[in-house]
Amino acid sequence: MTTTLTPSTLPPAVKSAERKSREARRRFSGSALTTLTWLLAFVFFAPVIWLVMTAFKPESAAASNPPVFFFVPTFEQFEAVLANGAGTYFLNSLIATGVSTILVIVLAVPAAYAVSIRPVKKTSDVLFFFISTKMLPVVAVIMPIYVIAGQLKVLDNIWTLVVLYTAMNLPIAVWMMRSFFQEVPAEVLEAASMDGAGLIKTLRTILMPMVTPGLAATALICVIFAWNEFFFALNLTAANASTVPVFLVSQMTSEGLFLAKLSAASVLASLPVVIAGWIAQKQLVRGLSMGAVK
Amino acid sequence: MANTLVDQHNLKQHARQSAKNAKAPQQGPGISKAEGWRRRGPLLPALIFTIVITQLPFLVTIWYSLRNWNLLRPDGNQFIGLTNYVDIFMDSTFRSSALNSILITLGCVFFAMVLGIIFALLLDRKFRGQGVVRTMLITPFLIMPVAGATLWSISMLNPSFGLVNWVISLVGIPPVDWTASHPIVSILMALVWQWTPFTMLLVLAGLQSQPKDVLEAAQIDGAGWTKTFIWVTLPQLRRYIELGVLLGTIYVVNTFDQIYLMTAGGPGTASANLPFYIYQRAFLGFDIGQAAAMGVVVVIATIIIATFALRLIFRSFDAKD
Repeated sequence: MTTTLTPSTLPPAVKSAERKSREARRRFSGSALTTLTWLLAFVFFAPVIWLVMTAFKPESAAASNPPVFFFVPTFEQFEAVLANGAGTYFLNSLIATGVSTILVIVLAVPAAYAVSIRPVKKTSDVLFFFISTKMLPVVAVIMPIYVIAGQLKVLDNIWTLVVLYTAMNLPIAVWMMRSFFQEVPAEVLEAASMDGAGLIKTLRTILMPMVTPGLAATALICVIFAWNEFFFALNLTAANASTVPVFLVSQMTSEGLFLAKLSAASVLASLPVVIAGWIAQKQLVRGLSMGAVK
Repeated sequence: MANTLVDQHNLKQHARQSAKNAKAPQQGPGISKAEGWRRRGPLLPALIFTIVITQLPFLVTIWYSLRNWNLLRPDGNQFIGLTNYVDIFMDSTFRSSALNSILITLGCVFFAMVLGIIFALLLDRKFRGQGVVRTMLITPFLIMPVAGATLWSISMLNPSFGLVNWVISLVGIPPVDWTASHPIVSILMALVWQWTPFTMLLVLAGLQSQPKDVLEAAQIDGAGWTKTFIWVTLPQLRRYIELGVLLGTIYVVNTFDQIYLMTAGGPGTASANLPFYIYQRAFLGFDIGQAAAMGVVVVIATIIIATFALRLIFRSFDAKD
């Protein structure tokens, strides 16, 4: 009896052993990949950990060589930041971000309706115009805005930032809301127009409930960009209307140690957007791609 | 799940066609005009607001750019034609800032895209703690850019107590004064760190939109991971990568915060990009005329590049569909 061991004639035990070893190899390479992923994620995330750690250090331990990894955490930097008048800046940021986001939504929803559901002529031109304003560098318009704001006596006024942030986020919001409106089935809208519902009624009773998640995603993106905006705030505000990013920069003093305090201020400043972004992770990509990617 | 990019393209064509069709039957100009205004109505507030706030100031910028206006010399505000434009093209700092703008933008978008693809591929499989890892990886994007810039320039890259120098000292590399001797590399570190989550999320969305049956078919045909990646995944990812490059460029080319806080454009003007240099000329040099002329040049360059890039992307969709 001559046996050639082709795979098909292998005794079952050998076969299953081979399968097992292949599976083991796959599992091993799988767990190696998982380890690698965690490792890379840790390295990438390390600056955030370091920022938070520094915020809880006493100043003397913050800027030290070699770095201090073990210390008794303290809240004194956070207390110092809050005592330093952070409240006014947070309030300004809150107004600039909140009001501009509401204005953006109020303006963008009807506009998105007009470029998706009952499209105007030259819809693509309108859309291209909106996106092209995002490409124009802000520095190209800062001087006239500064001069005009000076003549209108609205320099260092939080409402100036509200208007500018509205203009800054409006194009993104129009594109995003349009992409959400496009998902509304045509039959629903036809039924509404058969019933003689006008624009306001269609928007309020039919469209808005269907695109509430989209509205939230759009608002989130506007909040992120407005909260983090620095250039306008730096150039157009001074003592009264400065926002949180400007406050952060003011924490860098030329004298004495400031790193731990700056870190605590950075943590406080970033926290609202970080938490909002963590909660709304799934919506983030759609917002950043202006609705192009789900 | 349909790709909305394709939807948009289809919708555009559809809109074009229906616009053509609409013209034919609606002969009565009165009716179509009324309907046209009813459709335009909801658009107008947003459109007018955007034009007033973004376009009018730019017209004023063009006007300023033709004037010899320096806030320090109040008497000199006269019309001088294109002199400012001649001056800035003679200005070597303007040219080097333009070059830095290109270098920083392309460098950031390239490295963020490479890292983003790697992270997205690693995230696109089931493993323990997937959600936590993804949350960690998107966080740098959510950190306030001003905070991220100071974190990098001080906590990470400070020559005497920065974390980076401590890490490289563990393998025996002597300390480096990062922001002074490698200003652009330092800025790129902070920028790539901030923008990688953005490219990662885009690429991840692309990976997850891959039809599973195509992947399975490739496996059954005996294509290994590498072959599947090159012949199935990459072509699928292409439009997502292009979109990431385009949007990334739009966002990154305006970078100001990191340069202002990490190097202040220095040493000298070695790491100034155009936004920063224009800011310097306007708000520290008070030279409104020249700063305005630079702004106009930047806008024209942006329009040329953006039109080109947009057309490239739409052409790739035309070829696909």
